[in-house]
Amino acid sequence: MEVMLKVEDLWVSVEERQVLKGVNFSMDYGEINVLFGPNGAGKTTFMMTLMGFPKYTVNQGRIYFKGADITRYDLYERAKLGLGISFQRPPTVRGVTLQKMIDIIAQNGSDDAHIKEKVEQLNLAGHLQRGLNDGFSGGEMKRSELLQLMVQRPELVLIDEPESGVDIENISLVGQAINSLLGRDKVKDPKRGAIIITHTGYILDFVNADRGYIVFDGVFMCRGNPRDILGEVKKHGYRRCAECR
Amino acid sequence: MPVRQSYLAHVKAQAAAAKEKKAAFGPDIDLARYTEHIERGKIESLENLPTQAREAAIMTGISLEEEERAGSFLQVDQSVVYESLNKAYEGQLEIMSTTDALEKYDWLEEYFWKSVPVDQDKYTAQAALNMTHGYFIRVFAHQKPQYPVQSCLLVAENYISQNVHNIIIVEEGAELQVITGCTLSKSEAEGIHLGISEFYVKRGGKLFFTMIHNWADNFHVRPRTWAVVEEEGSFVSNYVLLKPVKSIQAFPVAYLKGDRASAKFNTVVYGLKDSFIDLGSRIILEGRETRGESVARTIAAGESTIYSRGDLVARTKEYCVAHLDCRGIVLSPRANIYAIPQLVSAGAMKAELSHEASIGPIAEEQVEYLMSRGISRDDAISVITSGFLNLDIPYIPEFLDRSIKEVIRATSEEAL
Repeated sequence: MEVMLKVEDLWVSVEERQVLKGVNFSMDYGEINVLFGPNGAGKTTFMMTLMGFPKYTVNQGRIYFKGADITRYDLYERAKLGLGISFQRPPTVRGVTLQKMIDIIAQNGSDDAHIKEKVEQLNLAGHLQRGLNDGFSGGEMKRSELLQLMVQRPELVLIDEPESGVDIENISLVGQAINSLLGRDKVKDPKRGAIIITHTGYILDFVNADRGYIVFDGVFMCRGNPRDILGEVKKHGYRRCAECR
Repeated sequence: MPVRQSYLAHVKAQAAAAKEKKAAFGPDIDLARYTEHIERGKIESLENLPTQAREAAIMTGISLEEEERAGSFLQVDQSVVYESLNKAYEGQLEIMSTTDALEKYDWLEEYFWKSVPVDQDKYTAQAALNMTHGYFIRVFAHQKPQYPVQSCLLVAENYISQNVHNIIIVEEGAELQVITGCTLSKSEAEGIHLGISEFYVKRGGKLFFTMIHNWADNFHVRPRTWAVVEEEGSFVSNYVLLKPVKSIQAFPVAYLKGDRASAKFNTVVYGLKDSFIDLGSRIILEGRETRGESVARTIAAGESTIYSRGDLVARTKEYCVAHLDCRGIVLSPRANIYAIPQLVSAGAMKAELSHEASIGPIAEEQVEYLMSRGISRDDAISVITSGFLNLDIPYIPEFLDRSIKEVIRATSEEAL
């Protein structure tokens, strides 16, 4: 398969603190990768850097997406090129309704029938006229994020902790929605890939991930079957990572 | 029967005594600069207006075809050039100039200069001493015209002082929507608009009043407004200012006199260039179980200065509730916003008054969030500022709503 994303020797600092310390990473089109790792290891920093948030400063290294060097691209350029993100905690934007946001994103060509179907699937019809994330519960936020991504239709989806703040009832809905977003609910979409951060691994019950990684102290340490890695982590925690290092 | 001459003389005497009285707020204007007087003839149709005037009127929400309007009133400079009542609404309401109404109804003495104090300042004094018409609209008891009345107060020449006195009476159980556009047909015109507005909402009546101001760089504006709301009456005021102005100062009052009366002010202001804008609203809660809400959204760009005032004054010993929500965004390092909320409980031990006021930049986090969805930075700012101004105002024509959003978008980009 052709390489979709390639990261070379990536060093990233946040507010002058070095977080990523030489990350090398590569994934093909259509792959789903899962990142595990303790808090503060650099998982979210990796994701936000891929998306191009200016708070994350690339000190060294390159990011290639679909063959283009996007290291200096801004957020908008990366989104236009096919990157999309589901935030762990998205900001509240009062005055801009979810409907308005969907309408703007839909200018990329999403049709009304597709949107209506997704709104119903995510049970968000009652939230369309509310301000973005204004008073949304954890589950509602995740569903709203996924709805926006379903309309945006990025080729590489970055999903930061889809289970956090979501109750048991909503986890299944969120999991199925991610599967649908990634085109895995019917026939596998060979183009659409994902990087998912998870602490609990619940998402693996819904999404058939290809590969798992452990991020530890700013570097990617282990690569393997995500379920095996999750099993190891559940058994031993991340102690072995420190020893391994 | 006209209003008694003795009453009118009494009003003028009070005004004369206040001729030099400076206003409590806003820069002091030398009214002697504005002495031009131009008389204009009537027109048969709003479509007969000169091109510039037509465009200016349209920009303030005026429908030249008068479609979906209960009636129209147009004043250019000091002359009333057009007034009409849609035939379908004859017997439901009446529209005429205040000058004519003073000639026709002696009982107007009970309303004319009965809420706005004639001696408040030099501007009220000038409007009383040199009144140049204004509109009188009365909707009869229990009548509810489906469509709004539109009025346009337009200034077309330099050095004019347009001194209008508007009176709206909503009789018992009646409802009325009014769109008023105040504007210039020459963008470089220098002058002043003094607008006295006295609104009376009787028991169970409802008045929805939307005012759109489109002024320009050399123009001063000093409106003076009171709405007196009786038992179970309701007053909603929407005010929009999205064009530059030399200076504007207004502090409209809703006086909730009757039990269970309510008032709501929505104020949307975009400060441009070196505009000096001092706007607010005051709600006086006198009846029991009265309710008030005042919402202001202001954006200061360029070198503008905006004072955003809000007073809630509780005077009843019974329960009443009011809230003030005043938010501002400063878009330029040379712009200023002063948010000045004030809550006054005058022995009103059961009153619940509250306010929230905030001023800040556009949240970068929000801009980045929208950008991550494939929205350009400029569009993201435009969407956020539009959302912030939240122009979801009823009875504004769709084309005007679009035009306002376009102005906001263009200004947002310029401000970057």
